Amino acid sequence: MRMGIGRDNYIVTPGLYKVGNPDKHSDVLVSANYKLSFDTLRKNLDSLNIWILVIDTKGVNVWCAAGKGSFGTDNVVKSIKKLSLNLIVENRNIILPQLSASGVSAYKVKEQTGFKTIFGPIQAKDIKSFIEAGYKATPKMRKVTFPMKERAKLIPVDLLYSKYKILAIMCTLFLFSGLDRTGFLFSKMIDTGLFPVINVFGAYIAGIVFAPLFLPWAPFRAFALKGAFWGLVITVAINLLFKEPLLELTSLGLLNIGIASFMTMNFTGSSTYTSLSGVKKEMKWAIPFQISLSVTGIILFIISKLV
Amino acid sequence: MQYLKNVVTLKLNSDLCSGCGLCAIVCPHAVFEIKNGKAHILDIDDCMECGACALNCKFGAISVKSGVGCAAGILNGILNGTEPSCDCSKENKTSCCG
Repeated sequence: MRMGIGRDNYIVTPGLYKVGNPDKHSDVLVSANYKLSFDTLRKNLDSLNIWILVIDTKGVNVWCAAGKGSFGTDNVVKSIKKLSLNLIVENRNIILPQLSASGVSAYKVKEQTGFKTIFGPIQAKDIKSFIEAGYKATPKMRKVTFPMKERAKLIPVDLLYSKYKILAIMCTLFLFSGLDRTGFLFSKMIDTGLFPVINVFGAYIAGIVFAPLFLPWAPFRAFALKGAFWGLVITVAINLLFKEPLLELTSLGLLNIGIASFMTMNFTGSSTYTSLSGVKKEMKWAIPFQISLSVTGIILFIISKLV
Repeated sequence: MQYLKNVVTLKLNSDLCSGCGLCAIVCPHAVFEIKNGKAHILDIDDCMECGACALNCKFGAISVKSGVGCAAGILNGILNGTEPSCDCSKENKTSCCG
């Protein structure tokens, strides 16, 4: 489902929903129409009587939708007016998820609808205690974290992301393995072609699985360097299993570092703490670094087959 | 976890700040603290430029060039000659913004 399978069935129809038996004095929560968000929210409201205003975010989760504008001021204002919320409840408060704040301007909503926006906690599981504490969140409820469990959930998505590119590189290197001073030897390709394929696959896993899973472990802040680190680690590990000639090993090592670095750099999009300015700064040196390592690696690999 | 140092564009103008505290409420990385009736930046390197604080500052005391820190999105932007865009909805990716 996270991978986009059946995504279309995971949209909640926008509108006003009831949890329990809400009346004109009940609280109003605003939610994205991503079914995972909505269901998690509903599950965490047991025994409360609450209205949920589901706005149309095209089935995208709160934070993503807020960043892209669909969970934005205009959409919230439009939904409040369209559903005549002012006739349904007497209070003039709406509770929004904190992560919608990058799309929703509370004071503008107030100006345009009269409803005061209260930013609730980040996690739906904290909503109940937030309401019971008189709409107060603890500092912990307001902080985004990125624990290993959350990082692990994102890995399957990224694993599929570049699958064709990585297959193409594997096939190319498998073919190149047959290169020889005398031309091309099919038997050499069969005999030695597996080694570069294992390396490239290893680098892919290093960049997409190891680096994100053990994100704080690599001794660098830049994601491209974290990936490069794990690319080097996997090269050393593979070499401990299969002893290969130094030149071939070096060439694949360079390629591994380039691939793993690129893959991990792409994980910046999944992370919860990277800034646009930071990623731009990193990419300025990382892209040339990754390209030159990969190109040098492939050239050296060809040379290693010809000498 | 913290990302690169000295790179974010977040700026706070204390003269305009009313100390209402909304920035501290909306920030997902606890960058702000309210002390003596004014907001203060605790550790600017914690900022991810989501833009929630600036968007919710009624007094225009905060500015930040916000966007999604997403390498794939920036690459898309460069290749298509547009602003960085993750396009998670098109690619059905939930990951691009967390």
